[in-house]
Amino acid sequence: MSVLSLRDVTYTYPGTFAPAIADVTLEIGPGELVVLAGGSGSGKSTLLRAANGLVPHFHGGAFAGRAIVAGMDTRDHGPGALAAAVGTLFQDPETQVVMGTVRAELALPLENQGEAPAAVARAVEEAALALGIAHLLDRPTAELSGGELQRVALGAALAGRPKLILLDEPTSQLDPVAGDELIALLRRLNEDFDAAIVIAEHRLERCLGFADRAIAMRGGRVVCDAAPAEFLAWACDAAPELATPGARLVSGLGLAPVAGVKAARSTLRSRGLLPDVDPFARGASDRRDRNPRRRAEESALTLDRVWHEIDRGPAILRGVSLRIAPGERVALMGRNGAGKSTLLRHAAGLMRPTRGKTRSSGRVALLLQNPTDYLVHERIAQEASPRALATVGLGDPALANRHPRDLSGGEKQRLALAIVLDDPERQAAVVCLDEPTRGMDRRRKDELAALLCELDAAVLVATHDPEFVAAFAHRVVLLGEGAVIADGSPTQILARGTYFATETARILGGAGGALVPDEGVAVISSFRTAEAQVSA
Amino acid sequence: MTYRRRASPLHAARAGVGCAYCAALALATLLLSAPVVLGAVLVSIAGAAVGARVVPEMRRAALLALPLGLLVMGVNMLVAQGGLTVIARLGDLPVFGQTDITLEATVYGAVLGLRAIALILCGALYTAAVDPDEVLALFRRFSFHSALTATLATRMVPVLARDARRLAEAQRCRPGPPPSRARLMRATTSGVLDRALDVAAALEVRGYGAARRPRGWRVSRPWSRHDIAFAVSAIAIVGLAVAARAANLLPFQSDPSLHAPVGAGGAAAAAALVICALLPFADRRGIER
Repeated sequence: MSVLSLRDVTYTYPGTFAPAIADVTLEIGPGELVVLAGGSGSGKSTLLRAANGLVPHFHGGAFAGRAIVAGMDTRDHGPGALAAAVGTLFQDPETQVVMGTVRAELALPLENQGEAPAAVARAVEEAALALGIAHLLDRPTAELSGGELQRVALGAALAGRPKLILLDEPTSQLDPVAGDELIALLRRLNEDFDAAIVIAEHRLERCLGFADRAIAMRGGRVVCDAAPAEFLAWACDAAPELATPGARLVSGLGLAPVAGVKAARSTLRSRGLLPDVDPFARGASDRRDRNPRRRAEESALTLDRVWHEIDRGPAILRGVSLRIAPGERVALMGRNGAGKSTLLRHAAGLMRPTRGKTRSSGRVALLLQNPTDYLVHERIAQEASPRALATVGLGDPALANRHPRDLSGGEKQRLALAIVLDDPERQAAVVCLDEPTRGMDRRRKDELAALLCELDAAVLVATHDPEFVAAFAHRVVLLGEGAVIADGSPTQILARGTYFATETARILGGAGGALVPDEGVAVISSFRTAEAQVSA
Repeated sequence: MTYRRRASPLHAARAGVGCAYCAALALATLLLSAPVVLGAVLVSIAGAAVGARVVPEMRRAALLALPLGLLVMGVNMLVAQGGLTVIARLGDLPVFGQTDITLEATVYGAVLGLRAIALILCGALYTAAVDPDEVLALFRRFSFHSALTATLATRMVPVLARDARRLAEAQRCRPGPPPSRARLMRATTSGVLDRALDVAAALEVRGYGAARRPRGWRVSRPWSRHDIAFAVSAIAIVGLAVAARAANLLPFQSDPSLHAPVGAGGAAAAAALVICALLPFADRRGIER
């Protein structure tokens, strides 16, 4: 018997005409781990909300078809009743944790079910141990980091031992380390708890490797439902934006795509295609050092031994020195708390250094993490000039009268960029962006990277996303504990890393300095040619 | 301001007793208006803040309460026309008309301001030293949804404060003239509503809508010496305040002239109030190492 059964489910949100999901039929069995793929607005989140009863009970709207969850029909059982069988984790950890301490948070769903204190205490203890958060049990939730909060929210979803766990982009707000830890944890919980897991995620390379099945959605409909390898084969042909970099690398070599770094490496090795080339060997080309103006004397932005210290706290920036040339595109990487956002705020003059100096050759435009914070008007046309809107690809007159908050995440990001760029009197000399790709699908990321490459200004982007860095950056600066710990070309920084590396680089072990699939294919092809010449 | 567990007798006491203790101090403030009592209550709160190790939190609350107290005093000075001792003649002011500032109205305004400050600080002491989750557990038998809403409001204060800071920074990043306050208010309200919707959805999937009365919740927890000490203290504070009011030990009158004699009985009552409020903090066995 399946834990989730959707039959011809069609749902339309109130106030809209087009259905968010249409004619969706699928079955998910006990213990299955299913990845839900699709671009922004494809219906992934709505499908998850149909499975936990929020659709239609919480959102209203028109619902047709049947959704059966653990034997309960969602038309007769609301999210409260379904909560005993379904655990849900959303994107934003801040809004999911409602109690004062971790222990109380984990206990809340069980108490809502009317469980006796002894049963609650046992379940809380077990969930905390399973998630490795036992040491946090008596900590106030207000003191936890984003990664810890997300674990606590997952613990609350798991404490009642649900048969089905639904996760809506659970890693989108986390740094790569916390995100990978969460995914690894899910894998273990799937094995230990035997709960079915459905995870909607944009960074498919993170989770396809251990999924049992992948379901792709487009325009609210299921367009592919297959095992990961078959899904990737389908994606390489029909939906390239859903193919992982590893799959594109392998299929670019004429092989059947596989999911995960290990499987891709194994496939290449079995065919003798895994080159053993040191990316930093003498003579190896640095594919990424392409900035013609890098060595110019002029500077768009200079940080000279900048310190940022707080009262009775640690120093956030410790003597950071950085020079960015006009037109140079720099990625700022480092784990959460490394000082990336603070550095951007100093660059834009939002903060003053306690020691050191910041200089720029002109205006510094800063786009902070949440684009919605910039939107204050009722119509898109009121937010920025037509020229600025056209620069970011929102010049379509049909968009002019739409409400800014009705735009998709990627469109909001572009609109906010138009707002900060929109000063006809003072063209921005430097454009800084803080985590612009959070929650964005690959197509939107590619569009943003292309947009950044078209700007005349110097660009400084704080990001955790190595694939995005590979797509736009001339240079990567790695921050650690508030200091610059590495500064070099993307090849030098990203080719040999684990967390700070693209999937292509991880598969090839940094060979040839290849960071993206096309470069990987070129490296392997040249490696094959060289080998053929040697054997000839 | 949020609750953080600290090593203090007040934090060690059960939430119900902590609530009662803060409520007793607030009740004394409301029952008696003599300046000496308000001073005693403020001294008690300050002492409790030190004893409970929540001085920074209380200092922040005091800084917020002080302007409100001064505002109350200022408004009363202008509006109240009672009192015989004129200290300033402001003449014919728009809205207020013929305005004389009297010593009596000023003192009465100061008393009202002090009362407001004391009540805010009682609330701040409750927020900083009483575990909201335990309060929720206490009240869930009677009104779970209301108790959870109150807990959630406390939890969301820092989140919304962070949202406000973010919004202000984003507006500083906008080139050109800043948007009007009305527009900003609308944007802020939209943001808060979005946040509220997300929290409501999270609560729904945790079973909030179908919350049931818990089974077997009548687990008795033995009373600790801190529970007993603060419960006795709360009862003593309420008893003292009621007795002082009934016996008119601390009379206070501001119209037509000031009359606030502090007899031996009144002084003793004020001193007893401070002693009753602070005595439970003396027992730090098992708390300090």
